[in-house]
Amino acid sequence: MKSLKASGKNLSDPKYQIEILNNHRESIKNLPRFRNKLNEIGLAPFKSTGIEIFQVNVGYMCNQTCKHCHVDAGPDRKEIMTRETMKYCLDALSGSDIEKVDLTGGAPEMNPDFRWFVEEIRKLDKHVMVRSNLTILTVNRNYRELPHFFADHGVEIISSLPYYLQRNTDRQRGEGVFDKSIEALRMLNDEGYGKKDKELILDLVYNPVGAFLPADQNQLEQDYKRELKRRYNIDFNNLYTITNMPISRFLEFLLISGNYEEYMEKLVTSFNPAAAEGVMCRNTISVGWDGFLYDCDFNQMLEIPVEKSSPQHVKNFDEYILNDREIMVDQHCYGCTAGAGSSCGGTIT
Amino acid sequence: MEKTYYNRKDLKKFGDIDEFQPELAEKFFDYYNDVFKDGALSAREKAIIALAVAHAVQCPYCIDAYTTECLEKGSNEEAMMEAVHVAAAIRGGASLVHGVQMMNQVKQLSM
Repeated sequence: MKSLKASGKNLSDPKYQIEILNNHRESIKNLPRFRNKLNEIGLAPFKSTGIEIFQVNVGYMCNQTCKHCHVDAGPDRKEIMTRETMKYCLDALSGSDIEKVDLTGGAPEMNPDFRWFVEEIRKLDKHVMVRSNLTILTVNRNYRELPHFFADHGVEIISSLPYYLQRNTDRQRGEGVFDKSIEALRMLNDEGYGKKDKELILDLVYNPVGAFLPADQNQLEQDYKRELKRRYNIDFNNLYTITNMPISRFLEFLLISGNYEEYMEKLVTSFNPAAAEGVMCRNTISVGWDGFLYDCDFNQMLEIPVEKSSPQHVKNFDEYILNDREIMVDQHCYGCTAGAGSSCGGTIT
Repeated sequence: MEKTYYNRKDLKKFGDIDEFQPELAEKFFDYYNDVFKDGALSAREKAIIALAVAHAVQCPYCIDAYTTECLEKGSNEEAMMEAVHVAAAIRGGASLVHGVQMMNQVKQLSM
């Protein structure tokens, strides 16, 4: 499957996506504006609470082409962070109190400087999280060494597994992905990941395989732990449930399947003020593959940069100014505030 | 455009039944909401029972609503289809068990 961008589809254009999010048919136009919702609950101006997580998207290249991917990642995407930009990131981190660095992609492991970058971040004594799609760890001998590399550097692994059954997982992430994911999870378990007596953290991510909201995180975690242990003898630490964001490929699915309007209405009617207060953009900064700064990975994909008065590029990173910035919002933000809320670390409330 | 007696958009108007009789509607919806809370049965178990009953009473609104609800409670397709088979088995069994009555009558009438 090609990415939206390689297919030349309108939906690969962030401006077109924002237009669909705001003005697609009367029912969408009539939805309350997210910004007004924040006003109603007294959260305006919507400001950062201070950066705790430095999330870096090291490139959009991926060995998978998942149907719901908000990045529109895939083998045909060539946007890759250079070592020079990584050095800017390291400069920013070295003078900062931020303790957590969250590496994402695409498949972050496919960046040629990935291992060097992880090593340099660890030298700064920062905690490193890698969002691994799992299958990349099974591709060849070079990638198969990564679980050991991760363990050596105490890297936390966060991996998507949209369900504990093959049928549902493969439907979203591609044929054969489930079996390879199980193989990769076994490799990680063999290195000590996900074991109660070890400090190597392996978290899994559930997201709905379709146009509905995630189930209760704690209940699903119990299901995953029971079923993955029983069926495959696999252990992990935490399950995070994430709501599918109505942008990029998932937006295309919603439009094609005729679910778009109902899904948006559901996100809006499920708006949870408590979730809004704790959304991840308030304690995160997102660095794009080219070094530009965003409030979150979703805003990055929609090319909505951080507030104009803040530094726009990581080479000008100023934690003091960015900690006080106003968060940029649009209608897609309802995806993070529906129900129990959604973030890269699972539910919010 | 497809036209049937059932319009899926009407499901969202369920609450509007209070327009003609507000007191009873309020009592019903209060009761309804309490029924589906976690109790001796979990909300997930109640949702899958509702899905089976929805098939037994053949209510398209309920089937749509509780299919979504089951997915949002973490049920999977296999479990949901098993619930529909439970409804089918009870409905089929309810017919077949009356075969005993038919047999009784045949035996009553026959030499």
